[in-house]
Order: sequence, then structure tokens, then C-alpha cells
Amino acid sequence: MLTIEGLEVVYEDVILVLKGVSLTVPDGEIVTLLGANGAGKTPVLRAITGLLDVHRGAIRKGSINLDGKPIHHLDAPGTVAAGIGQVMEGRRIFVDFTIDENLRIGAHTADRGTIEANLDRIYTLFPILAQRRKQVAGYLSGGEQQMLAIGRALMAEPKLLLLDEPSLGLAPLIVQQIRDLIVEINEQGTSVLLVEQNANMALSISQHGYILETGKVVMDKPAAVLRDDEDVREFYLGLREEGAASFRDVKHYKRRKRWLS
Amino acid sequence: MEALIESIMRGLGQGSVYAMLGLGFVIVYKGTEVVNFAQPALMILGAFLVSWFTFDAGVPFFAALPLAMLAAALLGAAIERIALRPMVGQPVFSAAMVTVGVFFALLTVATRLIGTDIRRTGDPWGLDVLLIGDVRLFQVDIAKLVIGVLAFLVVGAYFKYSRSGLAIRATASDQETALAQGVKVGRMFGLSWALAGALGALAGAFIGAGGVGFEPISALVALKALPAIILGGLDSIKGALIGGLVIGVIESLSRTYQPGIAPWLGANFDQVVPYLVMLIVLMIRPYGLFGTPEIERV
Repeated sequence: MLTIEGLEVVYEDVILVLKGVSLTVPDGEIVTLLGANGAGKTPVLRAITGLLDVHRGAIRKGSINLDGKPIHHLDAPGTVAAGIGQVMEGRRIFVDFTIDENLRIGAHTADRGTIEANLDRIYTLFPILAQRRKQVAGYLSGGEQQMLAIGRALMAEPKLLLLDEPSLGLAPLIVQQIRDLIVEINEQGTSVLLVEQNANMALSISQHGYILETGKVVMDKPAAVLRDDEDVREFYLGLREEGAASFRDVKHYKRRKRWLS
Repeated sequence: MEALIESIMRGLGQGSVYAMLGLGFVIVYKGTEVVNFAQPALMILGAFLVSWFTFDAGVPFFAALPLAMLAAALLGAAIERIALRPMVGQPVFSAAMVTVGVFFALLTVATRLIGTDIRRTGDPWGLDVLLIGDVRLFQVDIAKLVIGVLAFLVVGAYFKYSRSGLAIRATASDQETALAQGVKVGRMFGLSWALAGALGALAGAFIGAGGVGFEPISALVALKALPAIILGGLDSIKGALIGGLVIGVIESLSRTYQPGIAPWLGANFDQVVPYLVMLIVLMIRPYGLFGTPEIERV
């Protein structure tokens, strides 16, 4: 179980990007973190994985615990060893590596004996990749690269998988595929923290959801409740009760004010 | 005809030494984006280590070679840890300047250690020749070529199949993503330098081989690895091998034929030829034969 309490993150020593974020990812669940651009979703992930210092960020206050052990002081290799796997925004596969090499580098911290079994598992999960083991990864399509990035993260057998916008830039059909894969991975026993802009997809598979706005959690409810929430439907799902209405009637500022008070 | 074959073989031998040095340059450049000007000093210290192990410690040459490579690898890793690690995140130009400083520091140490005499490495080949018909090939040149190619095969397999080799490549490709896979990036920088040190010592063992011996100033020979890697492409391992061999052969051919064909160019013109090649490459194909063209979108 991952618990974050009162997390404050500062970039460049002055820019406060997270203002006391608390969230929990229980074992075996999928938890969604929603938010508009710049809300602070990626800093949450970077704080968990120890990648803040690469971006001149630092944790000022708060704690991050994985199964009761504090992990907020660990560097990135330390968090991987602690059992956190991540798929970074924009896939970030090694384009000049073959698919096989991309997966093997994911097992860098893993026990050597587990590599072959995990390769088999990933190739069963993503049959498309199995056909192209020796091909250079840069030639894969966007969806296949996303699958490769997820597979690479799974090679280290993480307890918790962090996914940063896995649907980014993918066709709706591929998004469906990725969605089903996330469910399958979760059913195999990995907890998932899903960071998304595609709220519809994310809320349909998760048990719990958090909404982040300008560095604060403004909503923290079961996914089913969030799906039916009037504000979430309007701002994140693009739906209104009365159906299509003029944008002139949308009173963003009033609603937002109510959230933040 | 015999003269031509003999000249080419001498060039291939010398070119292998440039290639080994070039490989050290390329590994550090790929892994850490720093041009390592300390490589010539690593080579001359490696040569001294081989010489010390064979003559002062009494170890046979083929045992002294791996021992010297190991010592030079440790030295390379130590240089990275002490001098280069604090430069992480700083402009690569500054880091390159640090390596220039390291070069002079190490060269001073080497000068002190080697002294004023010409030292020998105790290699078994000396001036022995292999006679094929009327062609006289120096055994040392054949040894240089064989061991040079072998070194490339070993390094190539290391990068392709080993866990740490893969991690060095991942670091070279995208440091943040490598970190996210659990790769200890700093350790990979150290490993790159250790490899460069070992290759420097391997090249050093051959710089004084074949009965010529070496002195501190022989370190400047290693600078000819720069034309080699610029010809081959700064970030290409294959390029280092081919660039090294081509530069070696061109140099050797001009040493054999230039005094006869173009005596007006003066004596020792062959010393300049590698740098002429480098200038021409930089003018028409700045990324070399196998390097990645740098595309900058404005």
C-alpha cells in the first residue's frame, strides 16, 4: 500500500507545485489521479519515484510510505528496488535498442533468474511485441511503444505500477486496448496509480479517484461517485445534464470557487 | 608490390592502436557526452604500468598486460569519481576542459615515473618478421591488428549482451529513463571511464612494442586517435575501428611513398597527414562516416 501524506514539492527552490497532497493506493486496486495541465500530477509521480532532483525539484514536507516503509528519501534506483515501476509520460522507450533489449533493461535491478520467465509473461501479455523481438524499438507505432514501455516497467515485478498518461496521443481503439491491459495487469496482482487526462477511460476501470487542481487535492471519492458528480461530468467528461448547451452558460469560475473553498 | 603490402600492414598495425584509443574516446563520449582529452595520458601511464610489471615486478608480458589494464581501469574510474562527477549537470565544454587538466596532471606523473630513458614494454615480438614469399611483415603489426580487432569484438559483445553494458548504453541514450529503470547512472559513468582506462593501457602496451620503446612524449601519438574517431564518427564504435585503421594506413602509405612522389612536401610529412584527413572530413562530413548527424531545429 502506498500512502502519501501532506506532500509539498518545490521546483527551483521557489515554485511550490504541490501544496500538501495526500493520497492512498491500497493493495490490488487501481487509483486514478485526474487533473488539468499544470495541476501537479507528474510532480506527484516524480516525488514517488525519486526523479525530482533531475528536474531541480525537492520534497519540502510530508511523507511517502510504501507498505509502511518511508521511501521519500530514496533515489530513483532505490525506489525501483523498493518495488515501484513507472511508465513515464511520452513512453520514453530506448529507440535505438531492440524490443528485447528494452525489456531486459527494465529488469536491471531484478534477479537474473526471473528474467526469462518475465520475458515470457510480457510477450504473452503483448503478442505484438513477441513477433518483433529483434527489431529496433523506434520503428514501433505509438500504441506498441506504449505497450513496450508498460512491459519494460513490469520486468522488475513491481508491487505498484505508476502510469503517466498512457492514453496520450493514441487512437481511441488503442486506448481501449491499453485500458484492458491495465485491468489485466491489475488482476495479476499489481496495484496501479493511473495519472490521466482521459477521465472517462480512467474512471471506468479504477476503484478510487483523486482530482488535483493547482497542487491540491480538491476531490477524493470512489470512482463511481466521481463518474456521477455533476462538476466532474462537466469539467472532465465534457457532459452536461441538459445535453449540448451553449458554452456561454458554462460558469467555470463559480463552480471552481466552490471546489477550492 | 612488396613495399605496398608491407606498408599497408604497418599501417593496419599502427591503425589498430589508434582504434583502441579511439574506442576509449568513443565510450566516454557516448556514455557521458564528454570528450576525454585525458586518454593519451591514460595510455602512457598504461604503457608505464606494463613496463613496470614486466621489468620491475618480473611478471611475464601476457600477465602484465591484464594487470596493467586492471590498474588503468581503476585509475580511470577514480578520475571520473574525483574530477568529473562534480561536473555532472555543468556544460560539457567545462567537463572537457577538466579532462585537459587531468591530462597534464597525469602526464607530469608519467614523466616523473618514466624518467629520461626510453623504456621498453617487454613484448615478445620485438623486431621479428614473418616472411611470406618476399613480403616481410612485422609480427608486432599482426599482433596489434589481431588484438585490436579482438578488443572490439569483446567490447561489442559486452555492450550487446551484458547487463551493465546494456545499462551504459541506456545511460547514453536517455539518463532520466535509465534512472527510472533502476540504473545507477553515476556508476555507469565510472564504468565508461574504467573501460577507457583499460583500453588506454592495452594501446599503451603496443605503443612501445616492436623494439621502439616509449618515452613520456609518446603520449602525443595518442592524439592521432582524434582524427581516427572524427573520420569514423564520434559516437560510433564501428567508426572507431574503421577510422583508426584507415588513418593508420594513410599515414603509413604517405610515409612510404610521399618522399618519392612529392619530396617538396618535406620530411616527416606523414606526421601531418592524419590531421589533414581530419580537416577534410570536418569540412565535408563533420559527423564522420558512421556518426549521428546532429540535427538542430531552429
